[in-house]
Amino acid sequence: MRRFVIGQAKNLIDQTRRRPPQPHHHNNLRLLSLLRPPASDTTPVSSPRLFSSSSSDMPGSDSSTSSLPVTLDSINPKVLKCEYAVRGEIVSIAQRLQDDLKTNKDAYPFDEIIYCNIGNPQSLGQQPITFFREVLALCSHTALLDESATHGLFSSDSIDRAWKILDQIPGKATGAYSHSQGIKGLRDAIAAGIEARDGFPADPNDIFMTDGASPGVHMMMQLLISSEKDGILCPIPQYPLYSASIALHGGSLVPYYLDEASGWGLEISELKKQLEDAKSKGITVRALAVINPGNPTGQVLSEENQRDIVDFCKKEGLVLLADEVYQENVYVPDKKFHSFKKVARSMGYGEKDISLVSFQSISKGYYGECGKRGGYMEVTGFTSDVREQIYKVASVNLCSNISGQILASLVMSPPKPGDDSYDSYIAEKEGILSSLATRAKTLEEALNKLEGVTCNRAEGAMYLFPCINLPQKAIAAAEAAKTAPDAFYCKRLLNATGIVVVPGSGFRQVPGTWHFRCTILPQEDKIPAIVNRLTEFHKSFMNEFRD
Amino acid sequence: MALEYDSLNENVKKCQYAVRGELYLRASELQKEGKKIIFTNVGNPHALGQKPLTFPRQVVALCQAPFLLDNPNVGMLFPADAIARAKHYLSLTSGGLGAYSDSRGLPGVRKEVAEFIERRDGYPRPCASYLSYHSDPELIFLTDGASKGVMQILNCVIRGAGDGILVPVPQYPLYSATISLLGGSLVPYYLDESENWGLDVNNLKQSVAQARSQGISVRAMVIINPGNPTGQCLSEANLREILRFCYNEKLVLLGDEVYQQNIYQDERPFISSKKVLMDMGSPFSKEVQLVSFHTVSKGYWGECGQRGGYFEMTNFPPRVVEEIYKVASIALSPNVSAQIFMGLMVNPPKPGDISYDQFTRESKGILESLRRRAKIMTDGFNSCKNVVCNFTEGAMYSFPQIRLPPGALQAAKQAGKVPDVFYCLKLLEATGISTVPGSGFGQKEGVFHLRTTILPAEEEMPEIMDSFKKFNDAFMTQYDNNFGYSRM
Repeated sequence: MRRFVIGQAKNLIDQTRRRPPQPHHHNNLRLLSLLRPPASDTTPVSSPRLFSSSSSDMPGSDSSTSSLPVTLDSINPKVLKCEYAVRGEIVSIAQRLQDDLKTNKDAYPFDEIIYCNIGNPQSLGQQPITFFREVLALCSHTALLDESATHGLFSSDSIDRAWKILDQIPGKATGAYSHSQGIKGLRDAIAAGIEARDGFPADPNDIFMTDGASPGVHMMMQLLISSEKDGILCPIPQYPLYSASIALHGGSLVPYYLDEASGWGLEISELKKQLEDAKSKGITVRALAVINPGNPTGQVLSEENQRDIVDFCKKEGLVLLADEVYQENVYVPDKKFHSFKKVARSMGYGEKDISLVSFQSISKGYYGECGKRGGYMEVTGFTSDVREQIYKVASVNLCSNISGQILASLVMSPPKPGDDSYDSYIAEKEGILSSLATRAKTLEEALNKLEGVTCNRAEGAMYLFPCINLPQKAIAAAEAAKTAPDAFYCKRLLNATGIVVVPGSGFRQVPGTWHFRCTILPQEDKIPAIVNRLTEFHKSFMNEFRD
Repeated sequence: MALEYDSLNENVKKCQYAVRGELYLRASELQKEGKKIIFTNVGNPHALGQKPLTFPRQVVALCQAPFLLDNPNVGMLFPADAIARAKHYLSLTSGGLGAYSDSRGLPGVRKEVAEFIERRDGYPRPCASYLSYHSDPELIFLTDGASKGVMQILNCVIRGAGDGILVPVPQYPLYSATISLLGGSLVPYYLDESENWGLDVNNLKQSVAQARSQGISVRAMVIINPGNPTGQCLSEANLREILRFCYNEKLVLLGDEVYQQNIYQDERPFISSKKVLMDMGSPFSKEVQLVSFHTVSKGYWGECGQRGGYFEMTNFPPRVVEEIYKVASIALSPNVSAQIFMGLMVNPPKPGDISYDQFTRESKGILESLRRRAKIMTDGFNSCKNVVCNFTEGAMYSFPQIRLPPGALQAAKQAGKVPDVFYCLKLLEATGISTVPGSGFGQKEGVFHLRTTILPAEEEMPEIMDSFKKFNDAFMTQYDNNFGYSRM
């Protein structure tokens, strides 16, 4: 905060200096923000138009509220425009069903709602890693460290680690705002973890710790996007954080299509084509977003493919936004995660050659600590004046939450062989990852057995994204119900089985194809029942609508 | 290079916030050189040695490590009410601290917040249309600190440079920074220092008229009560005038009420904008749109590092609330441990609970000490030559006016510095006291201030004020003598 305040002081001072003397002191209305022409209302060329909740269809029709200052008519139109399907209409229906289920159990052919809409593992019963939580508990209530009884309840290395972390926090104050990039000692641990992962150096000053990965993505969008003339290349299908953030910042999403037939492959020729197409529309493409492993598509990029992507960004002068939050979630022996930074450095490209931002989160991996809101971005290849701007934006929000910061440092520096907790840590971690792999495989095989359904394997991440070849009759019925065909299918699925998935239209898809996203996160013992219900539902759906 | 400074979003560059502000830079340099620096520039109590309250930390530690709850020896380390409360909060989650919550925050915690607001404001009370007076958990959103909430609301209000937000001057720079990032226009209104930083509605009218004449549509007004950096508490009569003004001008009122626990006098207790609005009755209570913000970072909690807060909306149509919910959902959810801190803050131990006495002792101890420190500081400043300081009625800051003699203004000019920066730098060099110049918050032309927190440890306070006085009086004498300025 002090940096914030003093920086503020400096700027106001600069303004004061520049301002000509004003004779009427008592009447000097100072507009601290400079005026600029009102933002254009034109829709960004590639703005995603997803199936939307009914609320945004008829802005301002609520006549009783028209005298209020903020109504749908007068709300920021960028807010109206953005959509986030992972928590969209289907989820609202599911929540209503869940409430109704409590009192009205007999009205439904199922007895619970199974949320496969969101990558929220611990809400579905995944247990946290014990060591991480021990350290967090000790840091939350540091008086425990002075109690002898603590040694009976906590592992010895968790106590050591808590001390070590507290020593890195000025005044051992876990309740104080930290440096706006995060506590320096924790960033040191993260940088060391990145070095160990990549075999290339990492600088703690390049790390910006954030409340989950999403605020980091927003921060970069804020920097990159000035208007709808600024474009961001995003994969289609994409994780809707990207489309929503681009819409909120008033930019243009420039789509590049992943090739479903080749396991959601990323073709450089497609990138080139879309880049040229955007240019011809007057859009300056500023960055390329790559999600690896893919969300919702689950593919893991090959190193060769990554090299081509790096070269493409270097040649075209694009910032590479590498969403690497699923880096620990790889389920197939023939694929391996490589960070884009490692790939770029192994090609001999350094700071001056490519601007690269890598996002990491504690919400995914084997830890799945979504509720902690921890993450970081590693920012390399930017000039110092740009870096200062990133820092400034980070500082307006003071800092990210400290327990999220501590956990981010822990996942990048877990127990080592010989530590008291090492064996239990490895057992917990491998148990979770191997179970996820089994679940991914079981669900994928079941989906591929369904009539008209094809599903690429989940090489990584937490999702399956099957393609459903919907009969014309179903498409017509969806149109009659004024809903997208895949949303129609997903609503039917929910009402028949209690299984919540997200329609492919929420992620965008090749026009005329239909998908849904289903997480692989329900606990293993629930998977057979899910497969059965899904199979039964699909059969009856096809029986009803088969052409 | 893919991203040049020149091609960055102009709103980001414009955002008035320089990372390496001159004073902070200098203070850090001096600290590195081994000089003892007294950081009185940040409202960050734990960083200055304030100890966290024990009970909430116990509860959250148990929520962090829920397996402790199954351990038969847990009672050796934790009191029974902390254990019960941890179980209570865990039962409100769907998967403990590690699962995303509802994007608005855990429904159970939002209910506790709503109940707190009802208790605090005395609503619901018997009344014809009492239903609208209820604090509704559906209109309460938990956030990662109050700042995130302010950003979310301003993001909904600001459509472009033609939209103006009334902000007090002096102000907390979150507002100027956020308005700038969102590309809106800040419309200042001046607080009256001679009236103990009073808010004169006539000034508001003038500010709005002037903004309108420049083609700006004023959409919302910010009040900070208790004030930051100014420390004043708004009176009920004043709040009524403000709310009537917002009604007449169709403005959303953003009530920054994060310092509501930090009150250091008895004449003007904290009164929430919501209570005054409800007291005013129809049409005001039905038509003025109000958002009030709260946090776990301030009060006697001071849990800045948790990033916990909430905002409550009043008179927001359901469809607008839905839009705000949608934007909140893109960030998935606020961090769950801070949500539990918020639950504990609005629902602390009650008489009869095992931890009640300790909790009360700790919280009272902090507040009473802050009250004493506020007085030591104000008195200390007022004993200095050419310094006048309003009493810190609330919040965490002292904002004395420094009447710089012409000689000092001249010297500052020669040094190429704004006068209050010049003064604060000299103060830092001489005493190690790191403050923020008033120009960081905005102030009237030709008038100079500095902001300090009242957070240094109480036992160090007399020495700090002595050292301040010594510096100040010498400074004033020096520049009086050199330039022949004579004191009245």
